[in-house]
Amino acid sequence: MTFDAQYFDIGRLDRLSYGDTFVHHLDARVKVIATMLFLFTVISFPKYEVVALVPFFLFPVLLATLGEIPVLFILKKVLLVSPFAILIGVFNPFLDTGTVAVIAGIPISAGVVSFFSILLKFALTVSAALLLIATTSFPGVCHALRRLGLPPLFVSQLLFLYRYIFVLMEEAMRITRARDMRSFGTRGAGIKVFARLIGTLFVRTVDRAERIYYAMLSRGFQGDIPSLKRARIEVTDLAYLAAMVMFLAVFRFFRITEGIGGFAQGLLR
Amino acid sequence: MHMADALLSPAVGTTLWAGSVAVGGYASKRLKRQIDDRLIPLMGVLGAFIFAAQMINFTIPGTGSSGHLGGGMILAIILGPHAAFLVMASVLTVQALFFADGGLLALGCNIWNLGFYPCYLVYPLLYKPLAGESQNPGRIVAVSLVSAVAALQLGAFSVVMETLMSGKSELSFGAFLLLMQPIHLAIGIIEGFVTAGIIHYVRSARPELLESMAASRPLGVSISLRKVMATFVALAVITGAALSWFASTHPDGLEWSIEKITGKGELPEQDHGIAPVLRGIQERTAFLPDYGFKPAGNEPKKENAAPAWPGIEAGTSAAGIIGAAIVLGLILLIGAGIRSFRGRNA
Amino acid sequence: MSHHIIEFKDVFFRYPDGTEALRGIYFRITHGESVGIVGANGSGKSTLLQHMNGCLLPTSGTVTIGDLPLTRKTRQEIRRKVGIIFQNPDDQLFMPTVFDDVAFGPLNLGLDEACVRERVHRALGMVHGLDLRDKPPHHLSGGQKSSVAIASVIAMEPDILALDEPAANLDPRSRRSLITFLKTFKHSKMIASHDLDLILDVCERCIVIGDGRVVADGPSAEILSNRTMLEENSLELPLSLQRG
Repeated sequence: MTFDAQYFDIGRLDRLSYGDTFVHHLDARVKVIATMLFLFTVISFPKYEVVALVPFFLFPVLLATLGEIPVLFILKKVLLVSPFAILIGVFNPFLDTGTVAVIAGIPISAGVVSFFSILLKFALTVSAALLLIATTSFPGVCHALRRLGLPPLFVSQLLFLYRYIFVLMEEAMRITRARDMRSFGTRGAGIKVFARLIGTLFVRTVDRAERIYYAMLSRGFQGDIPSLKRARIEVTDLAYLAAMVMFLAVFRFFRITEGIGGFAQGLLR
Repeated sequence: MHMADALLSPAVGTTLWAGSVAVGGYASKRLKRQIDDRLIPLMGVLGAFIFAAQMINFTIPGTGSSGHLGGGMILAIILGPHAAFLVMASVLTVQALFFADGGLLALGCNIWNLGFYPCYLVYPLLYKPLAGESQNPGRIVAVSLVSAVAALQLGAFSVVMETLMSGKSELSFGAFLLLMQPIHLAIGIIEGFVTAGIIHYVRSARPELLESMAASRPLGVSISLRKVMATFVALAVITGAALSWFASTHPDGLEWSIEKITGKGELPEQDHGIAPVLRGIQERTAFLPDYGFKPAGNEPKKENAAPAWPGIEAGTSAAGIIGAAIVLGLILLIGAGIRSFRGRNA
Repeated sequence: MSHHIIEFKDVFFRYPDGTEALRGIYFRITHGESVGIVGANGSGKSTLLQHMNGCLLPTSGTVTIGDLPLTRKTRQEIRRKVGIIFQNPDDQLFMPTVFDDVAFGPLNLGLDEACVRERVHRALGMVHGLDLRDKPPHHLSGGQKSSVAIASVIAMEPDILALDEPAANLDPRSRRSLITFLKTFKHSKMIASHDLDLILDVCERCIVIGDGRVVADGPSAEILSNRTMLEENSLELPLSLQRG
């Protein structure tokens, strides 16, 4: 992805995260916990599980539709980060060749099954992670993490990082544009120039940090970043969490999908 | 490269998370005791800097492909190990959340791979002793190269181990290593050059900067050689044990699975001709309406050492596939329904 | 409240790299005065402003704010009285949301939650920024950021307000809003700016800094119409005076 495209991309996800839907207003802690439970359950499925993973798509679908997040947007991002998992997983069909089924006359090897499993797990985990931010806003997640026990120092790092990402990306964009405008073709984009650009950005960053520090001091900063009490957990939040836990338990330990299929088979006969 | 959730098992993921949280807690504590307030905004903004820097790419001479900075080493050199670890952790967290680069469960692994090694191993044991306060540019380049390569090799090796121990990939140890290490060697060399380049630039443009930052950060990690040796020995033992466990329960992946499935001897390994395959298929795998495999036992909750490879049958039985199609259809209907409902009300 | 006197007596300041930015600054500002600080780039304006709340301490000479002499020990206290608004709002809005930024100061003052909320509400109201309350700073326009930066300082209810190039990146309307706001702020004000028309509009007194020294000190109308003196200090007549 080109630099500009990446920049506007993070901006879009960021804007979506400040939406005003029911999902956005759920308590951030509950959403973080629910997502982590979801992820944990998905990857706890064994290597060759494919069919039982399908119902789990309900979670990202519900989040995306109720949270008014464009589905295509999420799909594109899932595809974008897939290379590594695919790269590793694609070896499976070649290395694990015991045939386990024949579908419409085509033999399916165990490796293909496990590859599919990886793909499904990948789609589920990545979309769940993206949708967490898309429906919660980054500061929301950070505050949730703080209240869930992460060190406050680390959380304030995250918040600063987030606050200045856009500022710094803009600055980096400016510097890169200046470079690109003056290097006709790829000649100028070499490592030496790169190091110098990064060095410039670095120095400007440190200077900025100094100015921020002064601004903080000027408003009475004495070492601790203060924070106000945030929202409380409501009944809706707890209901959401309960529903999630039940859903995960049921679909993890019972072969619902097969049940439905078997039932349909029975009907067809 | 980042570790992904889909390749991870709960056991490995949790372990690495625990490790990263522990180190993070340690780093926070050390910082809290000795921190100069100046560092607080600086760390945050440097995290954003790493992010922005990672987005600027450059062409790798000779290959035409592009590469970019990782950041662990330069952070450790500038901020010291504790602050650098926290900053790397924050950068990786943002990457995981905003870009789904490396999953949320795999975040523990990634923070470990890309944070722990450069900050707490390579920097104190390699860079600092060898380069320290040296002003000699040649020396800085050399040590940066070695450090960056070492850190990235360790990171890449960890990814291999984590994937293997999660058991979702079929790649053998050797094959995987061959895939990962050389690439990361190249990336490490580049990172080393860039790191040295930044230090050089900053020293020439704003010499007082590095000194003033060094002055405001806490004293480095105090390491005793004995502890280091003990750690390495422990690591070696664990690695050795893990590898041998792995080898013993999955002696020969292919043979073993065939045995399980067909209940017979081996299908000829190298013979991928149609005949023997079909023969085997005919007996066990015919796609008949209500024919499924005999279940090999309840699937375990976790992918672990228990030598059961179940779920293969369940994954491909007729009922399963039909059910999957129905469920998928339902989900899409629900989604579309909500969408249009919202659309009408909006 | 007679103790809001700002006094700089023989103030010298040298940066670590040797640059002598201030070479004997002397002036006295009394309560409620509105003073403009003008001078060429590098004349020492920003350095001077940073002495107002102890971000920088004089190498020699004394700075007195209210009845407190500026020292390392007293600067924490002085920061409750003096609110400085720096040039770049991005450097001053460092919290995740506007509300957090405006609340930062009052929280550091140790006020309780209800009081903090009230102050935030009032401060944002004064700059017409109430609807920005829950937005992250990077979603704001330049003018909005400036307004919020000002709100974040006035939420601390300082007795003295110091501003460094407040109109630098503002569009004409935002600039006009700023001028209107400044005119309504009744406490002591010190505004360092190149925007001489703004100074003419808002400040009745003007100090010209050149080469780290006070070159002129008097009523703005007088000083800012003295073309020779202005040009000697790399300045010009305010635009509004150039046409008439």
